[in-house]
Amino acid sequence: MSQHELVESTIEYERTHDGVDDVLLDDEAVGLTTASMSPRQMAVRRYFRHKGAFMATILMAIMIIFVILTPITTRYGVNEAIFPAEPGKPNSYLSPRSEAWFGTDTIGRDIYSRLIYGLRVSLIIGISSAIFATIVGVTVGSIAGLRGGRFDDGLMRVTDIFLAFPFLVALLVVRNFLGELAFLEPIVGERTSIRFIILLFVIFGWMGVARLVRGSVLALKEREFVEASRALGASHTRVIFKHLLPNSIGPILVAATNAVVAAIIGEATLSFFGFGPDAGSGDTSLGLLVGEARGAVLAGYWWMIVFPCSLLVLVALCINFIGDGLRDATDPKLVQGG
Amino acid sequence: MLRFVLRRLIWAIPTLLIVTFLVYVAIRLGTNPAEAYERANPRANEAKVQEYKELNNLTGSYVEGYIGWLTDFLSPLWGGEGWQRSIVGSREVWPEMKDAMANSLRLGLTASFIGITVGLSMGIFAALRPGGLRDTAVNTSAFVAFSVPPYVSAMIFQLVFAVLWSKWFGSSLLPTSGVYPPGQQGFDLGLMLKHMILPVTVVAIQIIAVYARYMRASLLEVLNSDYMRTARAKGISERRVLVNHAVRNSMIPVVTVAAIDIGAILGGLIITERIFQYPGMGDFFLTAFDNGDFPQLMPFMVIIVTAVIMFNLLADVSYAWLDPRIRLG
Repeated sequence: MSQHELVESTIEYERTHDGVDDVLLDDEAVGLTTASMSPRQMAVRRYFRHKGAFMATILMAIMIIFVILTPITTRYGVNEAIFPAEPGKPNSYLSPRSEAWFGTDTIGRDIYSRLIYGLRVSLIIGISSAIFATIVGVTVGSIAGLRGGRFDDGLMRVTDIFLAFPFLVALLVVRNFLGELAFLEPIVGERTSIRFIILLFVIFGWMGVARLVRGSVLALKEREFVEASRALGASHTRVIFKHLLPNSIGPILVAATNAVVAAIIGEATLSFFGFGPDAGSGDTSLGLLVGEARGAVLAGYWWMIVFPCSLLVLVALCINFIGDGLRDATDPKLVQGG
Repeated sequence: MLRFVLRRLIWAIPTLLIVTFLVYVAIRLGTNPAEAYERANPRANEAKVQEYKELNNLTGSYVEGYIGWLTDFLSPLWGGEGWQRSIVGSREVWPEMKDAMANSLRLGLTASFIGITVGLSMGIFAALRPGGLRDTAVNTSAFVAFSVPPYVSAMIFQLVFAVLWSKWFGSSLLPTSGVYPPGQQGFDLGLMLKHMILPVTVVAIQIIAVYARYMRASLLEVLNSDYMRTARAKGISERRVLVNHAVRNSMIPVVTVAAIDIGAILGGLIITERIFQYPGMGDFFLTAFDNGDFPQLMPFMVIIVTAVIMFNLLADVSYAWLDPRIRLG
């Protein structure tokens, strides 16, 4: 999953943009009607013209509001049964009804409420690992792009091989490896802690970001304005922070959204195979909910499968669309009017 | 060209050695083989565990251990003692792995073939009328399919075609697990194909989604290039322009991506096999990993690593072959 995205977005950035026609038309129209618009305003405008991204943003905002207002939006506690089970009146495996809109699970908990709690954990994992992965990736990628040479070659070889590895295999091996190193325990925490899972996705996530940033820096550093800045005596640091990074903000944002999806889907994959965060604390995640669905297939409890899976796909789809919109909006070719 | 290939081939050998060494360290440290052995064989005494560690080159420094392991691993080539037996049930590793590989290859190749053919056609189909209805349809559905993890589609398929179908119509439409129904003896092509339909579909959907998007993006770019206008201006038939100029050139980036994508396809296979209880490499790996079975894990990892490096190599070579600027530049 993540590999597809990484390779794909790299390629799309290294090559020209595909949906040129309609965005260009928009752009021209914008140029005619409002003469004075900053590039940022134009980007924002283009972003909201992207239908998919627009809808995805609204949906995502709704989901985030639901998550923030957790005690109000949920109907039951994360580990609370909808009613105590009595003989003749079981509370588990109930199909959707007024007491539980999305039905109940193996021990009578409300799936609707648990989805919101699960989404909260998944979003925390996705967003925080994306933030850290972006920081690491931007640092490494800009250094590699700027310095070039052996460091760059070595880095790209390593990321190539890593990215080409089957994701699950690499994830499991690295997970065990990290968990087994006793001296790391105070830093990384238990193998099933959320901190550990976030760290795991930072380790996997930064490479994609680094690649994109490197590509962008490579293209930018030969441009005239960078040369001019250097001629005026700008230091490496100044060139990076004043010119290269602000101009790479598009690829960085896209890479960050990719990293969010990769972490959310990755968490779900790990949980699905029983290697995810610990549910014992009572908390849950989208991955754990989807994993629980596995046991419901043969019995035909469709609500236990359909709702968690739909939410997972919806979240992934929304973030992918947001990334796609960001890519269109910040494409350097369009921003610079080329 | 030959020199280019040879140079890359020679480079592949040290890469292979380094990566397998890292894998050896990761597995030895990560899965704690001795503990796993004791767990699998609770009655093994101290001496037995020590013997296991020595036979599998798990003692001494990592470099020594790795060299010992490598020698043992390659020893069947010159008729040596061969590989160690698995820790659970002390079974021979190679015959099981061979069967698993055959099953996986059958599944993976079928899915790749269907996925690539359908995906490329859909990409071309969409790119010929950019912005049109069919372009939007292909692009959106590829985008959706791309956001669906394989286990989600697999569970939905199992639910609909087996469980709910049998509830509605009396019997399930498609089998959901294994290669044959339980108790089946011998070879039966029809049954085998029937069991492959759902897993192949799940893997193929992922491949289709990716390739349709690559192909569309790549072909769109080529269609907008100057040499397309030149070709049309020369008066060549539209069909020939498309087939000989456009599609051919747009294949260059797609082929490269295809070779690099092997990891994603393998990953999808592992997940899919597990859900459909299909006895392939994925199932082999996950079982071995659960057991911490060092003698089974290492050969598996070596095969995966080799495949990944070989396909990376293939990507480089095919890129150079298709695009002379690379090999000459």
